[in-house]
Amino acid sequence: MPKFTLRDLLSLEETNSSYLRLSLIDKKTDLDREIKSPKINRPGLALSGFFDEYDKRAVQLFGQGERTYIIKLEEKGEYENIDKLFSFESCPACIFTDSYVPSKKLQEIAGKYSLPLLTTGFDSADFSRRMYSMLDEVFAKTISIHGVLVEVYGLGVLLLGESGIGKSETALSLIERGHRLVSDDIVRLKNIQDTILLGTGEVPEFQHNMEVRGIGIINIEHLFGAGAVKKRSMVQLVVHLEEWDNKKEYERLGSNKSEEIIGISIPSITIPIKPGRSIPILIETAARNQRLKYLGHDSSKEFEDGVMTWLRGKEEERK
Amino acid sequence: MITTELIVSNKAGIHARPANLIAKTAQKFDSKITLSNREIEANAKSIMGVITLGATKGTKLILKISGDDERLAEEEIRDIFEKKFFEEEND
Repeated sequence: MPKFTLRDLLSLEETNSSYLRLSLIDKKTDLDREIKSPKINRPGLALSGFFDEYDKRAVQLFGQGERTYIIKLEEKGEYENIDKLFSFESCPACIFTDSYVPSKKLQEIAGKYSLPLLTTGFDSADFSRRMYSMLDEVFAKTISIHGVLVEVYGLGVLLLGESGIGKSETALSLIERGHRLVSDDIVRLKNIQDTILLGTGEVPEFQHNMEVRGIGIINIEHLFGAGAVKKRSMVQLVVHLEEWDNKKEYERLGSNKSEEIIGISIPSITIPIKPGRSIPILIETAARNQRLKYLGHDSSKEFEDGVMTWLRGKEEERK
Repeated sequence: MITTELIVSNKAGIHARPANLIAKTAQKFDSKITLSNREIEANAKSIMGVITLGATKGTKLILKISGDDERLAEEEIRDIFEKKFFEEEND
C-alpha cells in the first residue's frame, strides 16, 4: 500500500466535499506525517499521565472529556503530559471535536514538534463514525484487475475476459442503452470490511476514457454526458465473457455460482460470445435476474419447483 | 513464464504514443503479457492500461509474459524500451 499521509487525508476532504469537516489550525505544520494505523485513539488516560499501552501511532481525538480536562490542566499550569503527548513523531495528528480551537499555548507546544492540530465540526461520536469509515476504505485490501466496471440498473457488473474479446464494446453498448461506466480497462477493487467489494478507476483523471479499436481513445463523460458515468460502485455481479467453445458446457438452467475476489464472494456467470448473440441484452437480463434474486425471487429455482409440483399433480391425476 | 525488469528511459515517460507502441507490439503475440508498476498491474495489450501505470523516466516496470511466443515477445518489447520508443533519435 502506498503511504497515506495527513496531506492525502486533507485532499480527500476536498474531493469528498468536507466529509469530516476538518480544518487545520496552524497551516505551517508537518503535513507529511504518515497515518499508519486504521484506529483512532482517545488520549484521556495519557493526559492524566498514564502512558502505558498508549497508542502513539493513531490519530488522537480530543472530545468533550479531553477538552474539559485540558482546560483544567491549563488552569493549573500543568503542561508536562500535554508536552509528552505532542512529542511523539509517530502520531499523525491531534483532532479536536465540536470546532474547538485549543489555546495559543497548546498550539505553541504542538508547533515545537510540528505536530498538526486540527478541528472538526462534528462531535466525537459522529466524527469517529465518519473517520472510521474513511480509514476502513484507505486501509482496505486492494487489487487492480483488467476488466470493465459498469453499473447496470443500479447493479455493479464487472466484465472480465481476454483482451480483444469485446469488453469495452459491450460496455459502450450498455452506456448507449442508458447504463453507467465506472471504469474501463483497469478496475481497482477494495475489500470494505469483508462485506463490500468496491470498484473505482485506478487513475480518477482517466477512468472514463475508453480505447475503442478503430476509433481511438474516447471520453465517455463528454460523449454521453454526466449521467453516463460514475466514480465508484459496488461489484455485485461478475460476468466472464469468452469465445464460444463447442466442447464446453454452458449453464442452461441457471445456477448460483459465485467466486471470491480478495476475500469477498460475488455471484458470477459466464457468457459465451458467438455471432448473433446480443451481449448487452444478455448482460441487462443477467443484471435484472440478479436483482430479482436480491429481492428474494430465484427464477430458475422457482421454475424447477414449479415443474416438480406440476409433475406431482400429474402423478396424482393418474392414480 | 518470463518475469523481467524494464526501465523507462525516454524523457517524457510512457504517454499516449509510447503506450500505443507497447500495446501494438504486445498485441502481435498470443502470450499473456502484463506490465506492473508497484501494485498496479496492467495488460500490456491495452493502451489505457499501460498509460495508467504512470511510468515516468527512470521507473522500473516488471514485465511478465506467459505463452508459446514469450521469448520473442520479451525480445521485441525490451527492444522498444531500449530504443526509447523511437522518441529521442538524436540522443
